[in-house]
Amino acid sequence: MILKVSVLAILRNKMRSFLTCIGIIVGIAAVISVLAIGKGASTMMVKEISSMGNNLVMIWPERNRRGEVRTGMGSGQTMTADDAEAIKRELGHLVSSVSPTINVSCQLIRDNRNWNGRVSGVSYDFPEIRNWDVSSGRFFEEHEQRSCARVCVLGNTVKVNLYGDDEDPVGTILRIGAMPFRVIGVLSPKGATGWGQDQDDIVMTPYTTAGRVLQRSRFRAINMMNVSLISMDDLDEAKREITALLRQRHKLADYQDNDFDTRDTTEIMNTIGSVTGLMTVLLTAVAAISLLVGGIGIMNIMLVSVTERIKEIGLRMAIGATPAAILWQFILEAMVLSTVGGAVGVAAGVGVAHAIGELQHWPIVVETSSAAWSFVFSSFVGMFFGFYPAYRASKLNPIDCLRYE
Amino acid sequence: MGHLIEIRDMYKIYAQGEEPVHALDGVSVTVDTGEFVAIMGASGSGKSTLLNILGCLDTPTRGSYLLDGIEVARRSRRELASIRNKKLGFVFQNFNLLPRMSAVEQVELPDLYLGRLSRHARRARAKELLARVGLGSRGSHSPAELSGGQQQRVAIARALMNEPPVLFADEPTGNLDTKSSVEIMELFTQLSAEGITIVMVTHEDDIAAYARRHLVMKDGKLVKDVTTP
Ligand SMILES: Nc1ncnc2c1ncn2[C@@H]1O[C@H](COP(=O)(O)OP(=O)(O)OP(=O)(O)O)[C@@H](O)[C@H]1O
Ligand SMILES: [Mg+2]
Repeated sequence: MILKVSVLAILRNKMRSFLTCIGIIVGIAAVISVLAIGKGASTMMVKEISSMGNNLVMIWPERNRRGEVRTGMGSGQTMTADDAEAIKRELGHLVSSVSPTINVSCQLIRDNRNWNGRVSGVSYDFPEIRNWDVSSGRFFEEHEQRSCARVCVLGNTVKVNLYGDDEDPVGTILRIGAMPFRVIGVLSPKGATGWGQDQDDIVMTPYTTAGRVLQRSRFRAINMMNVSLISMDDLDEAKREITALLRQRHKLADYQDNDFDTRDTTEIMNTIGSVTGLMTVLLTAVAAISLLVGGIGIMNIMLVSVTERIKEIGLRMAIGATPAAILWQFILEAMVLSTVGGAVGVAAGVGVAHAIGELQHWPIVVETSSAAWSFVFSSFVGMFFGFYPAYRASKLNPIDCLRYE
Repeated sequence: MGHLIEIRDMYKIYAQGEEPVHALDGVSVTVDTGEFVAIMGASGSGKSTLLNILGCLDTPTRGSYLLDGIEVARRSRRELASIRNKKLGFVFQNFNLLPRMSAVEQVELPDLYLGRLSRHARRARAKELLARVGLGSRGSHSPAELSGGQQQRVAIARALMNEPPVLFADEPTGNLDTKSSVEIMELFTQLSAEGITIVMVTHEDDIAAYARRHLVMKDGKLVKDVTTP
């Protein structure tokens, strides 16, 4: 019943109640939607990264200051296929496989069809390292890698664009640049990355073939390598030994910095985790500020309401409302206002997040816990900021209220 | 046997302004159960002040007040609220109904603070009281949909909700025309006949005529106390 009184009082002034709530609504909505989008993004990234394979160390040559070093140009390259082979040969106790990667941009020609594609030279154990299998045919084998065989495996996008949906490309000849290659398999579709890059728009060949036939580099330069560890427990030792080996091979003096970068998946996960954590802290601050502002708005309107309804307060006291009953009536009213504001804010936030997710093809993860916390906090704000006006109302003298003009 | 109301040497002094105002200047009076009392006097003579103190809405500067044998002049706000709730009913000149609330809900209010009845019984009693004041068919109307006389009758029904032994009324007919005034006073007469003690402030002689006992105030003092047999 007391609750009904509060609700009635709020409904009596719909517009004003709405305007009072708007601070809380906007604050909660902003926090909920940004959290949902951020959580969606980090969930997606974590999923993608763990799909790369968990005990992976990636090594890039140091980027040139003037921008990305182009492959095939030779001079700026610091990391070679020999480095990759050396790691595999000398650190066999830590490393299960090493896949160097050479990226080349090439024209792909098949009969009258043309496709501008990305060719990746990788090693025969790439499917295992990156959890990526073929959907038809097979991947190339070690002997083909050793003999620089002109074989290739197509990504799904390339296959669809050059062969259509029905034709089986396995066994056909595809021209990459000027060179004929035999198609031996098609990779299973992987879809786009969270950043919108189509992972299936790719052709894979042995890195040896890519280096000698497509890139024609004497240096055997590579763009990066994926090093698969035997066990994640050895991560630190493996990174240390890989670094030492590469420094030695690159003849770096003690005072010189590494001319390569290493990244492992745990590290990337941690970075994402800390970015997400920072975002959560910032959002919590935003939430706190908006709830504070919203709360002050509620306090203000409750003070007005107490003055406006002073005769009602007097009458209620005259017929037996105790100071505590008056106190609770107004606190409850403030709580209803702020909780409804919080609920509307949660709904609006979820709506906005989904709308953005829909438009940007971005995954949305609304956590029940954040919605629940918003709810709890907004009603707490009502209680906190409603207390002072309610306390003032409860301290009034019945006769002063009844005589108030 | 004690009196229902017994005040002794009651003072109410307002100190603000250059000279203190003695709204009550040593008033002593007793009222027994079942009496129908009218307090009369010129404007500013202290009638309302006295009634508000008797109704526990206001506290005296000095003096003692025994209500039903218990001292109420120095009680906490919570205790006074409880006394008003259970023992006293109020009827005001301006009705004091809550806006946008139906007549039945207005009448139910005092029991919401007491919590004596079940939801169902409370609603039934409120309807019964409205019927008793002649508004049986108007339970769902809000104050804006009722005439002045009808609003005052809702207020009387509300005052009776918790079956208080005493009813206080400050110029209950002050805002009403003659016809409605007569109806309200007939209702008071009937309630008095049923045994409810009524203390009413008025400055109209024909309204006061309904009461058996007349108290006359002047400058905060009780100057006349007559009972017609
Ligand atoms: N809150 C107050 N502060 C200061 N003086 C007050 C206050 N309330 C009443 N008074 C003064 O006390 C005196 C008695 O007032 P009261 O309201 O009791 O008169 P009344 O007999 O009811 O008059 P009326 O017939 O006009 O209602 C008046 O002189 C009034 O000015
Ligand atoms: Mg008066």
